Amino acid sequence: MVDYSFMAAIQLAVYAGGVIVLIIFSVLLVHHIELRLEVSKLSQRILAGLLSLSGLALTLYAIFTYEFSVIENTNSIEVHDIGLGMLSYKEGGFILPFEVISVLLVAVMIGAIVIAKGKRLEQ
Amino acid sequence: MDFSYTILIPLIPLAVFLLLGINYKSIKPSVSGWIGSLGLFATLVLSYYTAYQYFFVVGKVGDIYQTFTEQWRWMSFTETLYIDMGVMIDQISVMMLVVVSTISFMVHLYSRGYMKGDPGYTKFFAFLSLFTFSMMGLVLAVNLFQIYIFWELVGVSSFLLIGYYYTKPSAVAAAKKAFIVTRFADLGFLIGILIIGYYGGSYDFATLNDLEGNVITNWASTSFMGLSVITWGLLLIFIGGAGKSAMFPLHIWLPDAMEGPTPVSALIHAATMVVAGVYLVARLFPLYYFVEDGYALNVVAWVGAFSALFAAIIALTQNDIKRVLAFSTMSQIGYMMLALGVSGYYGHDGLGYMASMFHLFTHAMFKGLLFLGAGSIIHAIHSNYLQDMGGLRKYMPITHITFLIAALSIAGFPGFAGFFSKDEILVAAYEHNKLIYVIGVVVAGLTAFYMFRLYFGIFWGKDTKYEHTPHESPVSMTFPLVFLAIMSAVAGYIHFSEYVTVDHQPFEAHLNYPLAAIAVGVGLLGIILAFIFYKKPSGLPEKVAASFGSLYQWAFDKFYFDELYLFVTKEIIFKRISAPFAWFDRHIVDGTMNLIGNSTVSGSEKIKKIQTGRVQDYAFAFIAGAVVLAMIFIYKWII
Amino acid sequence: MIQGISIYEILTLTSIIFFIGIYGFLTRKNLITMLLSIELILNASAINFVVINTYLYPDVLQGVFFSVFIVAIAAAETALAVAIVINLYKLITSVEVEDTETMKY
Repeated sequence: MVDYSFMAAIQLAVYAGGVIVLIIFSVLLVHHIELRLEVSKLSQRILAGLLSLSGLALTLYAIFTYEFSVIENTNSIEVHDIGLGMLSYKEGGFILPFEVISVLLVAVMIGAIVIAKGKRLEQ
Repeated sequence: MDFSYTILIPLIPLAVFLLLGINYKSIKPSVSGWIGSLGLFATLVLSYYTAYQYFFVVGKVGDIYQTFTEQWRWMSFTETLYIDMGVMIDQISVMMLVVVSTISFMVHLYSRGYMKGDPGYTKFFAFLSLFTFSMMGLVLAVNLFQIYIFWELVGVSSFLLIGYYYTKPSAVAAAKKAFIVTRFADLGFLIGILIIGYYGGSYDFATLNDLEGNVITNWASTSFMGLSVITWGLLLIFIGGAGKSAMFPLHIWLPDAMEGPTPVSALIHAATMVVAGVYLVARLFPLYYFVEDGYALNVVAWVGAFSALFAAIIALTQNDIKRVLAFSTMSQIGYMMLALGVSGYYGHDGLGYMASMFHLFTHAMFKGLLFLGAGSIIHAIHSNYLQDMGGLRKYMPITHITFLIAALSIAGFPGFAGFFSKDEILVAAYEHNKLIYVIGVVVAGLTAFYMFRLYFGIFWGKDTKYEHTPHESPVSMTFPLVFLAIMSAVAGYIHFSEYVTVDHQPFEAHLNYPLAAIAVGVGLLGIILAFIFYKKPSGLPEKVAASFGSLYQWAFDKFYFDELYLFVTKEIIFKRISAPFAWFDRHIVDGTMNLIGNSTVSGSEKIKKIQTGRVQDYAFAFIAGAVVLAMIFIYKWII
Repeated sequence: MIQGISIYEILTLTSIIFFIGIYGFLTRKNLITMLLSIELILNASAINFVVINTYLYPDVLQGVFFSVFIVAIAAAETALAVAIVINLYKLITSVEVEDTETMKY
């Protein structure tokens, strides 16, 4: 509704396609778990709840006491602009973070494989 | 005249002590004996040279003996409070140098024979050198602090040497007793030093003894309870001197100190350390005489007289020959104190002072000889008791003759050294206080009696059968005996009044024939009585002792002073005063410390439970902390 | 920019989602469900970026890019976390948080 359809697409692809599948696979791998999910101790839940509520109260107070200077507009975010910005090295361009993220993803892939393989890699 | 080479006189024995002490396991006994004796010989030569230089060459300027001091600033606290160390060369210190080095050297030679075969031989010589160093330092002291420091050092050496046979409980107890009693007396000494230094303005002997100085002219400025503060200080200093010199009532340590080896008794408890108290009073004599018209000096005289009489009575009854000699020493030191006490200052009035120093000199000779002779006898028979001895003149001729010479000297037989010195004391006493003179004469008679009781009991008396025949001691032991015997005989002919006087000017001292005749008569009476009682074994001594009944028993038990002191310390001080303090220290002070320690441990036991190892708890703390900090710092809700 | 909805409402929404995520992280017993809560936290912050971008600074695109990066990083982190969980499972055959308490006092 923010007219950010690109994000929606990304979310769908990454989360629904990638992360959920990953988690379901891992759940299946560790199929040792019980059918019923236990809940933690009451004291822990109450404390966590209190903490969350107080943090929420603090944040809401911060938000509502601040004067946001909203600029009315009807811009929509075009994929075309996102693509240009991602590869631009002029001002407002994000080519460097783009490259860094790529490297990071490669490292993560390799790291995940190494960790998950475990001992057999050493042999 | 530069007398700074005299600093070597104490330093050579110190070097010997350090050398023998550090290497005492690796040096062979015979070598250590040689090292000790050679060191002392060097000291002896230096002392005699100093004496020759002082008395005969440069000491006198226009008929007045000068005082030479060399001192170095050791510790400086403020402008007026500082401690110097140095050497003070005047008549009495040079005389004491001669006495101490002579007796110490003789004792070193003697010990080479007496202590042969003893496992701690090197240690013994190390301690003897330590003692000689301390005594020399005391004698050469330039101010009250230095004399106090060396006073304590002498006490330590005495402790080490009395407790030399450390495996014997009685020796250890005796060493402790000596040190504690003298240390207790030194408390008085220290307080006296501080009083005199504070009110007098200086600790230096030259400044204190100055006749036009602040102390002697202004002594009346501050008083306390009717007496001048300076008098109190002098009385307290005399308490220190009385402790070290075994005057009544601080005499209890001297008989027990005979537990040490006999050369130690000869050196320390007869000739040198016990006269340190006399030396102290002599050193401060102008103060004692001029302040409050000699009030403190009067106290000194009466304490000396009483101690002399008290000790002589006890000495009549004792059976251990070393104990008889110990009480005899106490009695003779009483004579020296008495002589100082009756002395004046100017010219012939200073006869008491001169006589006291003279008696110190001769007493060192003949008492040292008596102890060394006793050691020779004990070495031969292996027993200290009179009952085990008798008829020894056949077996030990040299010891016999030298002991006889010493006994005649101490009894005041005409011609020997003791006669001259004792006579001067009695003349000085007669001119000052007749009652003290009478006490002196009575003590002279008692001295002759108990001395010859000892002589006849050992060398004549009954013909005891010995298990193994006693033989004469080796040359290392008899040479000192002979030397000291010669000194006991001829030392009386030194014209002491030309050398050692209180106002630094020589005077003529003549023999007062009527008084001398009385003293000699009393002495001969004592000798004859002893001859009758003891030369041949008879029942006479026991009958006389029995007729005195309980009085004899009291004297034999030293008038129960040891028991009295033991009662006071054990019952009153230990149980009533010290025990509560000990309880407080153990339970409250230590308890608080333990409480602090234990609370830290238990506190940390409780705190460590925060570290649970669960990620969620850590995250909780993290987020809670962030929220709280945000509230505090960004929104200032709480602060 | 959405007509009729002020920025306050959207920011309130994202804050609520964020703190629900935190509550979930502190309360769950299963390691996998803790990971899901972390996803919530990350997504909430991504929405925050986008909203502030479109409402307050409409002519630049930094917020949008940031949200793209956040998604990428969230995915990468989840992948690694799952790999670690699988490795841990091989060691202790359990995915309960209680069994990972070896670093306690």
